[in-house]
Amino acid sequence: MISVDIAKRLDSFALNVAFEAGGGVTALFGRSGAGKSTIVKAIAGLVRPERGRIQVGEVVLFDAAHGVNVPAERRRAGVVFQDGRLFPHLNVKQNLLYGFARAKGEKAIDAESVIRMLGIEALLERKPATLSGGERQRVAVGRALLAQPRVLLMDEPLASLDVARKGEVLPYLEELNARFAIPIIYVTHDADEVLRLASDVVLLAGGTVAASGTLAAVTGRLDLPVEAEALGLGVILEGRVDSHDAARGLSAIATPLGAFRLPLLAREIGARVAIRVAARDVSIALERPAAISVQNMFDAVVEEVRPSGPHVARLAMRAGEGRLLAELTADAVVRLKLDAGARVVALVKAVALAR
Amino acid sequence: MAAESAFVLSLAEQQAVWLSLVVALRSVAFSLPFAVLTAWVLSRGRFWGKTVFDSVVHLPLVLPPVVVGYLLLIGFGVRGPIGHFLYENFGIRLAFTSEGASLATAVMAFPLMVRAIRLALDAVDRGLEDAARTLGAGAIDRFMSITLPLMLPGILAGAVVAFAASLGEFGAVITFASNIPGETQTLPLAIYQAIQTPDGDAMAARLALLSIALALGGLILSEILARRVRAMTGTP
Repeated sequence: MISVDIAKRLDSFALNVAFEAGGGVTALFGRSGAGKSTIVKAIAGLVRPERGRIQVGEVVLFDAAHGVNVPAERRRAGVVFQDGRLFPHLNVKQNLLYGFARAKGEKAIDAESVIRMLGIEALLERKPATLSGGERQRVAVGRALLAQPRVLLMDEPLASLDVARKGEVLPYLEELNARFAIPIIYVTHDADEVLRLASDVVLLAGGTVAASGTLAAVTGRLDLPVEAEALGLGVILEGRVDSHDAARGLSAIATPLGAFRLPLLAREIGARVAIRVAARDVSIALERPAAISVQNMFDAVVEEVRPSGPHVARLAMRAGEGRLLAELTADAVVRLKLDAGARVVALVKAVALAR
Repeated sequence: MAAESAFVLSLAEQQAVWLSLVVALRSVAFSLPFAVLTAWVLSRGRFWGKTVFDSVVHLPLVLPPVVVGYLLLIGFGVRGPIGHFLYENFGIRLAFTSEGASLATAVMAFPLMVRAIRLALDAVDRGLEDAARTLGAGAIDRFMSITLPLMLPGILAGAVVAFAASLGEFGAVITFASNIPGETQTLPLAIYQAIQTPDGDAMAARLALLSIALALGGLILSEILARRVRAMTGTP
């Protein structure tokens, strides 16, 4: 558990935030200049807040009231910077081992497994200047991990990469938290990265926390905070892989809503998967259409209709044992006479769920 | 005289060349650590009186060299406060010795050296030092493992400039260390004396050519070294 409660005066605004992060991936999400990077620097010990307290696990790293301020070099907070910050005069291997050699005590994370996991075996003798952006960030992640951190702080690690390079690094980041059981604080202004990586999210705006909680809780409210608008309204369904139909190219996932079909997944039967159903990808019909391409249809009961903006409405529904959200035009709501208690069919395209 | 080739150096000339190299090398070797420290303080330090300190460091650049030599005589002469202390306690005499010549050239070349090193230090990305910090490196560790290697090209440049300036220093050396053949008579002093001497033209010309050769050789060597260091450190 990481708890942060700090205040710091900056040039253009005042940062004043309090939030907690669990053992998963917590995204600090907000526009540039929202104070995200300053929070990471404060946790790492590179910036000193004027007031407050920072605790990681059992260890108090900063407590202004009690004069505690552990120096950065002893905080064991691994940082992956946006620009990588690999040491140009050292080769990849020397970069990787820089923190490892300086870590004290038992080293739970060994070089070999990190190098293998990040797929950087072939780069070890190279100098940073000869690496691509994606390779550089993977090495930066490895270097931070090998310093045996208590917490991994990632400050927009993909922001300086183009789409192709991002795709090169993202899968490794997805695996990171599960593999090494280190809590991750992930700073980003990219909604896709939040949706792909984060279990929890802290929404930042103008130096304060607008909302925080699990990704499902923050983006599953009909009164979606404006700061979460970019993430979009949606539900996250926990499920298990139920069956694969290789001939049709479909996998079935058992969820509280019922069986979900989506394009064939490369996961074993019984594996846990979380699928996020964005409200934009859900259509509503009053009865089951006969000939339609949509793979997933659920009988649902409307619980709440709430306008969001002049021409758009949001709909919360109960379906099976679960909940589904939809975003429709106000016109559709009127035409279908949608109101609380209405019985409808919710339609979800399978490809909308493909990752 | 006529039997000798114009290009063979006399014993006195060889002595002057050798002495110049020794004086300059010793001057650079001795002042380099202080220059790195001073550059560090000027680049990173924030303290009261920094502007004054900066000016004092750069003073030899704008003072007449004779004045620097004179001030050294006052301070480091056998009756000067520092010179007296050194002589009484360690038996070290600086005025009118080849060590004194090194001191004079070191003081004159110091601002040039500091400038070059400071430029290199300013160019080192502080973000890299922050990264090293988060990876567990303390202040001295960071300096030795990150900052120093990255500013190596600048240190090299500073050393070369200081070496060249030391080879050429005239006023401060002749004032503080005098013009003693074999002891403090470096190349420029020997050239000066040759010009003053009737029939010394050939000697002056030879020594001048030698000065040019030394300077060129130094520049070429430093360029080769700098290229190697840059390749090694991955700095542009």
